[in-house]
Amino acid sequence: MNSIAPQSMLLPPPSRTGDAAFKFLTWCMAMMVFVLVAVVGWELFRGSEPSLRQFGWRFLTRADWDPVSGAFGALPFMFGTFVSSLLGLLLALPLSVAAAIYLTELAPGWMRQPAVALIEMLASIPSVILGLWGMVVLVPWLNAHPYPWLQRVLGFLPLFRGHVYGPCLLSAAVIIAIMIVPIVTSISREVFRAVPDSRREAAYALGATRWEVTRLAVLKGSKRGIFGAAMLGLGRALGETMAVTMVVGNSTVISPSLFAPGCTLASGIATQFAEAADNFNLYPGALYELGLVLLAITIVTNILARLLVGAVGAPRHPGPA
Amino acid sequence: MPELAKEMSQDCHAVSLSLPHGQVSNLRGRCSLCINTMRIRWLWMWLAGLAAVLTLEGADRASAQLLINGAGATFPYPIYSKWFDEYSKVDPSVRFNYQSIGSGAGQRQIVEGTVDFGASDGPMSDQNLARAPGKILHVPTVAGADVIAYNLPGAPRLRLDGPAIADIFLGKIAKWNDPRLAALNPGAALPKADILVVHRADGSGTTYILVDYLSSVSGEWQKRVGRGTAVKWPAGLGAEGNEGVTAQIKQMPGAMGCVELVYATQNQLPCASVKNAAGNFIAPSVETVTEALAAAAIPDDFRFSMVNAPGGRAYPIASATWLLVYQQQRNAEKGRKMVEFLKWALKEGGPMARQLDFAPLPPDLSKRVLAEIDGIRY
Repeated sequence: MNSIAPQSMLLPPPSRTGDAAFKFLTWCMAMMVFVLVAVVGWELFRGSEPSLRQFGWRFLTRADWDPVSGAFGALPFMFGTFVSSLLGLLLALPLSVAAAIYLTELAPGWMRQPAVALIEMLASIPSVILGLWGMVVLVPWLNAHPYPWLQRVLGFLPLFRGHVYGPCLLSAAVIIAIMIVPIVTSISREVFRAVPDSRREAAYALGATRWEVTRLAVLKGSKRGIFGAAMLGLGRALGETMAVTMVVGNSTVISPSLFAPGCTLASGIATQFAEAADNFNLYPGALYELGLVLLAITIVTNILARLLVGAVGAPRHPGPA
Repeated sequence: MPELAKEMSQDCHAVSLSLPHGQVSNLRGRCSLCINTMRIRWLWMWLAGLAAVLTLEGADRASAQLLINGAGATFPYPIYSKWFDEYSKVDPSVRFNYQSIGSGAGQRQIVEGTVDFGASDGPMSDQNLARAPGKILHVPTVAGADVIAYNLPGAPRLRLDGPAIADIFLGKIAKWNDPRLAALNPGAALPKADILVVHRADGSGTTYILVDYLSSVSGEWQKRVGRGTAVKWPAGLGAEGNEGVTAQIKQMPGAMGCVELVYATQNQLPCASVKNAAGNFIAPSVETVTEALAAAAIPDDFRFSMVNAPGGRAYPIASATWLLVYQQQRNAEKGRKMVEFLKWALKEGGPMARQLDFAPLPPDLSKRVLAEIDGIRY
């Protein structure tokens, strides 16, 4: 083709050792991640041994958490974790999807980038700051306005009965919703952007209105992606600790009311571990086991989410330029 | 001024020499070479100073300032840190490092031997003492009170008795205008509102004092909840730390919770007078805690509970707090310094304790504890 090619072929064959070493090094680094997760899991397992031996699988179904008599069960924590996370997700999902639709389909070009940057900035607010804000500003406000109203209107449901403290599972759900809106929004946005323009154009060509284009061309094909985004948000919500601890009320009593204080796996560990020494090994062991449960739930959720998002993001149809 | 100007101009080059004396202080008038030299000189001086500071500090450390590590209760942390601070002036050769990580952790660490002394708000159980490799001594240092603080419009002074407090924390008395509360507080304007109970979410010596008291006055509490630094709270919401509980009470009208005395006084929260064993309603204060301490029956190993103590003016929800030390010290030097400190704290530490709302030991108890300290071997 040109004169350069034959010349470069005259060079001595490059040594492969450097490549191999580099590959090995990066392989080691990549494996470190797996090793870390495995070590964390193993340590949690070892720490929870006294509790595992004492309670076995019943640990997951016992509602008792009584450090005085040494009776421990994860149910109040799992209940609180699932209720607050799912409720948080329920609040966050419509908001995030709507924001993502606006940002990909409707927003004028000049404001897309700044808006995206702002949303991503929201994700970087430290959890303890949000928690503090939640405790000092959000919860008193919720307590003064929406909660009494909810109790007046929907008080016939067991969900909205009982004392209104302020810090409760519902408050935790609201804080969680605020914390996962950024991640769900930005992933949904990626998912919508992955929809080829040819589809939108086809819909327009058929005379669809903007809403119809969004519904038929964009949303319909993005269901799995949105679900994946929701799962990733859930993964974050499940492990959320500091902010939740500050507004959840930290009570191990399971109550049907959303206004009742509750607890989550993460907040339970965070508040109780330092002082857990009454029954030298059983109490810390039970807390370790809560950690093990949380780790398992989080890993499963995240794997599911990755699978779903991956399945959507990968086959990107090359649309017309 | 002229001398200074002359001196400054001496190491300067020709340019500055031509300046009139009055303007020598104006550095912009100097030649760039001079300024550079000066900068370098400054840099050297700065480096030399830094080196001096570093070596001084190094020398300070090298001159064997003994570090004694302790960990445990958060409840007495204010007074301990005050004592350690003051004591560093009395004996500069020793430095105390105290981490207030909780009574439970303090007990665990002294048993495991990772600290030189532990601290706890509750005496150690026989079971835990048996795990330790040596004999652990309980050294009572000060006593403090738990108060029942609340947030009610108009901040009326409330009077409560043990069974009523127990039933509030059990969730059985749920309204402020409950007939039993009204009977205890004739004339007080009690609203028809829910009592929002706030308790500790973390395990705590403060909790131990309250539940110890409630167990001693209420059979139902003893049976359903019991004693411990962390318990299964039947009602209410949990907050972290004394400061967390205080913040929640301040924030929620209708709230009631239990905090250490100093948190209530510093935050101007009203607290209830509690009916004591003699039948009098006593407001919490250093004096009434001292009365309780003087009236309590104290065994020779100093593991005692002083809740619901006899004595006409004794405040009933109070407890001593302990330092935990091995009778046989492993390190002779540390052991000697520790004994010196403990003696100093008992003899001189009283006024500082009083300033921080802690009750110092009464003289005869103090004498007994000093005798115990004399038994520490190193």
